[in-house]
Amino acid sequence: MDNTNVLEVKDLAISFKTFEGKVQAVRGVNFELKKGETLAIVGESGSGKSVSTKAVNRLLPEKNSIIESGQILFEDKDLLTISDKEMQKIRGNDIAMIFQDPMTSLNPTMQVGRQIAEPMMKHQGLTKEESTQKAIELMKLVGIKNPQQTHKHYPHQFSGGMRQRGMIAISLACEPKILIADEPTTALDVTIQAQILNLMNDLKKDLDTSIIFITHDLGVVAQMADRVAVMYAGQIVEIGTADEIFYNPMHPYTWGLLASMPTLDIHQTDLYNIPGSPPNLLHPPEGDAFAPRNEFALAIDFEKEPEMFKVTDTHYAKTWLLHPEAPSVTPPAEVVRRKQKYERLYAEKKNERHVGGEVVGSRG
Amino acid sequence: MVAEVKEKKPIVEITGFKQYFNEGKKTEVRAVNDVSFTIYEGETFGLVGESGSGKSTTGRALIKLGDFTDGQILYKGQDIAKIHGRKKLLDFRKSMQMIFQDPYASLNPRITVKDIVGGALKVHGLYKNNKERTERVYELLEAVGLSKEFANRYPKEFSGGQCQRVGIARALAVEPDFIIADEAISALDVSIQAQVVNLLKELKEENNLTYLFIAHDLSMVKYISDRIGVMNSGRMLEVAHADELYLAPLHPYTESLLSAIPTPDPENERNRVRTEYDPKYHQYEDMHKVSLHEIAPDHYIYCHENEIEVYRKKRERLLREGQKYA
Repeated sequence: MDNTNVLEVKDLAISFKTFEGKVQAVRGVNFELKKGETLAIVGESGSGKSVSTKAVNRLLPEKNSIIESGQILFEDKDLLTISDKEMQKIRGNDIAMIFQDPMTSLNPTMQVGRQIAEPMMKHQGLTKEESTQKAIELMKLVGIKNPQQTHKHYPHQFSGGMRQRGMIAISLACEPKILIADEPTTALDVTIQAQILNLMNDLKKDLDTSIIFITHDLGVVAQMADRVAVMYAGQIVEIGTADEIFYNPMHPYTWGLLASMPTLDIHQTDLYNIPGSPPNLLHPPEGDAFAPRNEFALAIDFEKEPEMFKVTDTHYAKTWLLHPEAPSVTPPAEVVRRKQKYERLYAEKKNERHVGGEVVGSRG
Repeated sequence: MVAEVKEKKPIVEITGFKQYFNEGKKTEVRAVNDVSFTIYEGETFGLVGESGSGKSTTGRALIKLGDFTDGQILYKGQDIAKIHGRKKLLDFRKSMQMIFQDPYASLNPRITVKDIVGGALKVHGLYKNNKERTERVYELLEAVGLSKEFANRYPKEFSGGQCQRVGIARALAVEPDFIIADEAISALDVSIQAQVVNLLKELKEENNLTYLFIAHDLSMVKYISDRIGVMNSGRMLEVAHADELYLAPLHPYTESLLSAIPTPDPENERNRVRTEYDPKYHQYEDMHKVSLHEIAPDHYIYCHENEIEVYRKKRERLLREGQKYA
């Protein structure tokens, strides 16, 4: 992983026109994606995670979606302003997407091998024979058995896990620079999910692709992500490295998410839960959108929206609790436990560095 | 959190349950093939397995949604296959209720919440006049954490979590003893899942309920269940107390299932070793010696007679190791 940004999303805001009024689905999202990294975006349904990434691929319905503001920069181009023709050259070629439901996102009337070959014919100008050969190689790469025969099969002849592998093969066909995976394993069983996630991790290493991984499953995030962005009510409320988010979370919403996941430890007696439900984005609340559900909310939360406070160079959180004048609060027990683990891990890392720099033999 | 079951009185006894679809035809599917287990009064029995393992089929047969191929299911000592006639069926259904997976699809979109929850009361004739019925609906809504203003609204006006609460209120309306929750939380968001699971736990304490909790999310099942059964390919492979199952998973399939659950902890995930399950463990030559054997008190494994000793040793080793880390 190096530090160049392959994608920058700046101040993105998106609304949808509905009968009841304008729904502000995304309200000012900023993030960047570095080369070769996996950025996970987590959040509940309706938090805007899918909408902001669909905007990257310009897949939002033009009829009722409005880009209120923002820029999406990819290779010095703003993807929001380029022509449809230019976008077609990028979509599926430089930026590919894996969708949630492998049952409905493949064409049922087309052989799977052809669907994998299609983008290579479109974008790379390969002939039918060449692209078929490459499609078979790709199917082998993603672990579909016996591709010489199965490339002629139709989607209904594949199981769910195999279809998702087919989807991954399609998205990898043109060796994209960015891969957007929108809940790619949600519809699959845990054992199949484990296989698909391992596959994606291996492919990432081999091809040096950057991945945006959208999910609501924090377990999957822990397995996949280098960095994590937590979304709530159309905004990123916390962003940081995976270790920072899982072991040193700062935003009360992240606390709630982590504490409401049951652990596999024995003798767990009660489970924390976040009261209430997410706000209606037809009329986003004033102040911090999470305040009504937040047991740690301060008076200012209901009046003024917090800014992104810096925790470290890589870690930012949008909560007034990080303001120097904010009172200190004790997070839920589960989060306290995680913070202790962070300190322990961090101390170990410090030690390692220390030992590495010491004169040889200092331990003896 | 093994809640001690005071006196172990069976409420459901399933023996040799089989459900074949398209029986005798080329397309025969053996969805459930010889499953036996018992659920005791006052406990939560978790049933886990991948899609196609037969867990939902078992739940559906239990509540008499269709006939089954072979075996016997006793509910409170009564053979459910022999329940016929409107009155007997009504009694049976009053005692056993179900909460479904999809909170939107399982509520009638054209009637109000009051009628959805009150409908069950009407069928069973549980109120004298309309005022009493309305009172009871309000009570039920409050019990599941919804305000009574919701009574006159339609399902589409609710979020997924709220709809699931309505579904729970409907199941509770007839004051059942036994509730089957078939993937009742899978369609909900993480923060809402925790709310609904905690609600189910509270209601169980208040109303003295017994649950059959069917799900594929093992971590949630572990949190809510006293005992867990693991199913695969229509067979019950392992039954044990929740904590024991996680401490000492004996069957290779249980091991692979546990090792596949991603945990919200990056450090664990980096160091994790996953085991894969090889279905050849199912295939034995002399099938008559293969069944669910009790390895330790309340810990059953589907295996050959000769394997019992191996599993016993494995259990002891795992428990010893588990204690070391605890």
